[in-house]
Amino acid sequence: MTQTTHEHVSSLIGSYDPDDFPVPSGREEQWRFTPLKQLRGLVDGSAAASNTMTIAVDAPAGVRTEQVSSSDERARILPGPTDRAAALAASRTSNVTVVTIEQDVVLTEPVWIRCTGANSVSATFQHIVIDVKPLAQAVIVIDRSGSVCLSDLVDVRVADGAQVTVVSLQDWASDSVHLGQQRHLIGRDVSCTSVVITLGGQVVRLVPTVVYDAPGGSAHMFGLFFAREGQFFEHRLFVDHAVPNCTSRVTYKGALQGTENHPSHTVWIGDVLIRSQAVGTDTYEINRNLVLTDHARADSVPNLEIETGEVAGAGHASATGRFDDEQLFYLQARGITAEEARRLVVRGFFHEILQQIGIEQLQARLVARVEGELEGHGV
Amino acid sequence: MATLEVRDLHVSVDADGQSRQILRGVDLTVKAGQTHAIMGPNGSGKSTLAYSIAGHPKYTVDSGSITLDGEDVLAMSVDERARAGMFLAMQYPVEIPGVSVSNFLRTAATAIRGEAPKLRTWVKEVRESMDLLSMDPAFAERNVNEGFSGGEKKRHEILQMELLKPKIALLDEIDSGLDVDALRYVSEGVNRLAATGETGLLLITHYTRILRYIEPDFVHVFVDGVIAASGGKDLAQELEASGYEKYQKLDSPA
Ligand SMILES: Nc1ncnc2c1ncn2[C@@H]1O[C@H](COP(=O)(O)OP(=O)(O)O)[C@@H](O)[C@H]1O
Ligand SMILES: [Mg+2]
Repeated sequence: MTQTTHEHVSSLIGSYDPDDFPVPSGREEQWRFTPLKQLRGLVDGSAAASNTMTIAVDAPAGVRTEQVSSSDERARILPGPTDRAAALAASRTSNVTVVTIEQDVVLTEPVWIRCTGANSVSATFQHIVIDVKPLAQAVIVIDRSGSVCLSDLVDVRVADGAQVTVVSLQDWASDSVHLGQQRHLIGRDVSCTSVVITLGGQVVRLVPTVVYDAPGGSAHMFGLFFAREGQFFEHRLFVDHAVPNCTSRVTYKGALQGTENHPSHTVWIGDVLIRSQAVGTDTYEINRNLVLTDHARADSVPNLEIETGEVAGAGHASATGRFDDEQLFYLQARGITAEEARRLVVRGFFHEILQQIGIEQLQARLVARVEGELEGHGV
Repeated sequence: MATLEVRDLHVSVDADGQSRQILRGVDLTVKAGQTHAIMGPNGSGKSTLAYSIAGHPKYTVDSGSITLDGEDVLAMSVDERARAGMFLAMQYPVEIPGVSVSNFLRTAATAIRGEAPKLRTWVKEVRESMDLLSMDPAFAERNVNEGFSGGEKKRHEILQMELLKPKIALLDEIDSGLDVDALRYVSEGVNRLAATGETGLLLITHYTRILRYIEPDFVHVFVDGVIAASGGKDLAQELEASGYEKYQKLDSPA
């Protein structure tokens, strides 16, 4: 495997062979927040692959769906991953789901990829490839639910002039463990939007990455997570500005609530690298967290590294705020019940992200899901 | 006609694990159509009185009673008190990130009125009220109190009061930190509500300045957690001339 010069950030140049990566000890920058002991053998590779999770693709005309073997060239349209978990996912999967949006096709309906877990005891390794051909326009929803012990890799290649939105929804049952990497390789003048929504699971660790293959690309990375009692959610982003004149916007918002016996913990890492050749880059990343109770910890680490003096714009922000007794009192003093007050605040907080989805029915479902998360929370 | 009755109210506050008595027997009756001014030096317990009536959890009522039209206010939660017709314009309104003013106002109006106001008349109602307070319509899209100037915060409190039409309104230092223009708009808002005769007003202030714009029916001097003297609006003039000293000496702590 090729070593990057930036030890703390990954890069797209890696390997499909898991043995090229050492088993993480937990001391590595990339793994230091993750509860490795709870990963049930997904990273060290000791988990037996039973691959019981089902995958169903519901796609309109103009979309080709294939199941290929992991050695098939259609499964290898991106360079090897830089992460042991992702390399394991790509090599131990029983087959690779390849979804191709043909050139010039403009979809009016979303492509729906439903991943349904059967149990959280046996491990599933999975690799999905989404190949968006030049000038195509598509919205793809990866709708994940059920119980899993899953390591997966989603590779999205967006060819020149295409416009794509990928919504990935983690709506797992509470016993689930999910390690995931979602890579976007984007071509000339591409517009690529990723919306990551993580609501369920015991441990969910996702690594969304963007690499620009040609100038003129723009990437919008949105994320929403809501960690409740006992949940650990980590979102570790990497945007690699390796070519000139590309734009990136990263906006992630998290809400947390926990109890003394069941604390919650979220981690957001935003690594943005502007390489020396990437002149004219315009980037901004922000993470906001809303802590609703005690016993909830939000780690937030924006990390912007600039190797050129000629950027069009580069900024980052991170803020973690508390929904506190004074805010609650203010809203209650206007006749609003404590439960409604919490809903109002959380709904307002997440609105910016949910409106990006653009699928009304899914948006309504998620608003209801988020509000459902709030219920049962003692006042 | 709504009546708020406060009887022999003793309130303490928990500060650094220690309970400290602030209110030491407050008696007060406010009726709809009346305007009462409570005046007193800083730290005398004026805000404590307002918060205790509104039900802020930091304040513990040790003894005494608060009733609204005979109903036991102390038995109600904060939101129940508001729905019963009480309103507190806060001295320091807090920011609610992510919640727009328009969404907040509508949610509050829905809670207080018991049903969502009809959208079309509601939009008009809000616009007119904002207009009267000289508030920019763009204000409605901002997040509650986020980045508001002192004057904007206070106008926003008065806007809420006018829309929610409470039976009893407690205004805690609604005049502090306002320039003359803002003070005029805020006072006009208060006077509009007072003129309906449907609301009892309790105006808490440190300075007499606002009483040039709002004429009280009753003035109470608040010192060391009790009402040390009550009178008509002449009392305010006397306070302006000679200050609170006389009352503080009379009421030196035991
Ligand atoms: N939440 C609180 N925590 C601790 N002390 C408080 C609190 N609220 C009020 N106090 C104390 O009670 C006294 C009265 O305060 P306050 O009611 O704010 O007076 P005023 O509004 O008349 O200036 C002050 O000594 C103040 O420090
Ligand atoms: Mg005060």
